Amino acid sequence: MVAKRIIPCLDVKDGRTVKGIHFVGLRDMGDAVELGARYAAEGADELVYLDISASAEGRKTFCDLVSRVAEQINIPFTVGGGIATIDDAARLLDAGADKISVNTAAIKNPGLIDAIAGKYGSQFVVIAIDARVVDGRWMATTHGGRVATDRELFSWAREAQERGAGELLFTSMDHDGTRDGYPCETYAALAESLSIPIIASGGAGCIRHIADVLTVGKADAALAASIFHSGEIPIPSLKQELRKQNIPVRL
Amino acid sequence: MIAIVDYDAGNIRSVLNALGRVGASDFVLTADREQLRNASHVILPGVGEASCAMQALREAGLADFIPTLGQPVLGICVGAQLMCAGSEEGDTRCMGIFPAEVRRFRETPSEKVPHMGWNSLREPGLSSRAQSGDLSSPLFACLKEGEYVYFVHSYYPELCADTIAVANHGIDFSAALSHNNFYACQFHPEKSGAVGERILKNFLAL
Repeated sequence: MVAKRIIPCLDVKDGRTVKGIHFVGLRDMGDAVELGARYAAEGADELVYLDISASAEGRKTFCDLVSRVAEQINIPFTVGGGIATIDDAARLLDAGADKISVNTAAIKNPGLIDAIAGKYGSQFVVIAIDARVVDGRWMATTHGGRVATDRELFSWAREAQERGAGELLFTSMDHDGTRDGYPCETYAALAESLSIPIIASGGAGCIRHIADVLTVGKADAALAASIFHSGEIPIPSLKQELRKQNIPVRL
Repeated sequence: MIAIVDYDAGNIRSVLNALGRVGASDFVLTADREQLRNASHVILPGVGEASCAMQALREAGLADFIPTLGQPVLGICVGAQLMCAGSEEGDTRCMGIFPAEVRRFRETPSEKVPHMGWNSLREPGLSSRAQSGDLSSPLFACLKEGEYVYFVHSYYPELCADTIAVANHGIDFSAALSHNNFYACQFHPEKSGAVGERILKNFLAL
């Protein structure tokens, strides 16, 4: 049986990780490679590196970082942030990324999913959707939830799957940062209506939230940032607790 | 000198990176028979579609040559499938080193296709009941049943007499095979954390 995955997410700006990272024993808290290696050694199943640089120079630095991650880290990793063309995807593939995630650019140009998946395979393409409830419907947003779109979550997720996306990374902007847990019913409904794996993101405050989204929410993986970076929930104790609850995880 | 078979079958950077991590810096990417014949170890990588990969191997003149090699040879993912008898994917005749046929997974609500992620290994011939024995192949020296490795594939080699590790995704299949000096992993040792690095080191120690 395929194990449920635990995925730390690292935000990177100009080649350095940002956001409060409070790991004891890291020589350089901002070194994205060292932090990723630390997570891999602790039992993370995959890593996600998100480029939040706004400049062309930052993008170039990110690509160099991806090469170093690929050299030094022995688990799969996904990269995202600002991927708008098939050339962007090709550069990151060449640098050694196992998967790329697309979000805003795919909403603007859904054909991007077909193009990347057609050339490099569905296993390479993660569709990321940030959505929030508007008048009782889950609507996709862009720019970290600030910009509304006319895309409804379920129909957009299905369309992305049909176009060739190999995984869905869904973040509820109503739950992200709240630490109150995930919208498990919505995740379960997504799992019912899609055949691709679903990664839950945004809202975890404790181990129970993660356990819930992997069972009640039927998610295949849980992604988080701050609870891992703060050292609050160490990955080994998280996975041991999940195993105790009979959730299949890699230990 | 380790030789990695160069037949234009997709991105092999992660295999090269993994060799670097296990301290094997002496490798060459080649389709030259002389170099392949003289290498200490040969790795046959492969991603993508089986019939195209097999065609590329034939065009490189290596489909009949690889089965004649005498040193340890390791096929990875599609490389492993090409060492089987044949594949349903593109109705492909393969090299026939292992008697297994390669078939497509059937999708169910709980078993998604592709089979992507970490799955555990067990010794062939044993039931799936929890028990942690050793995996007996020298490829898995120091590793026990229940170790997790990373898979990304839609087609699988069936169980056969050469199966050395079994995984389950709705159906039991060959996660790894061996026959004489030939070894194959359906999973990606180069992406399988410390366990994968152990497997690569074990191979290079053969």
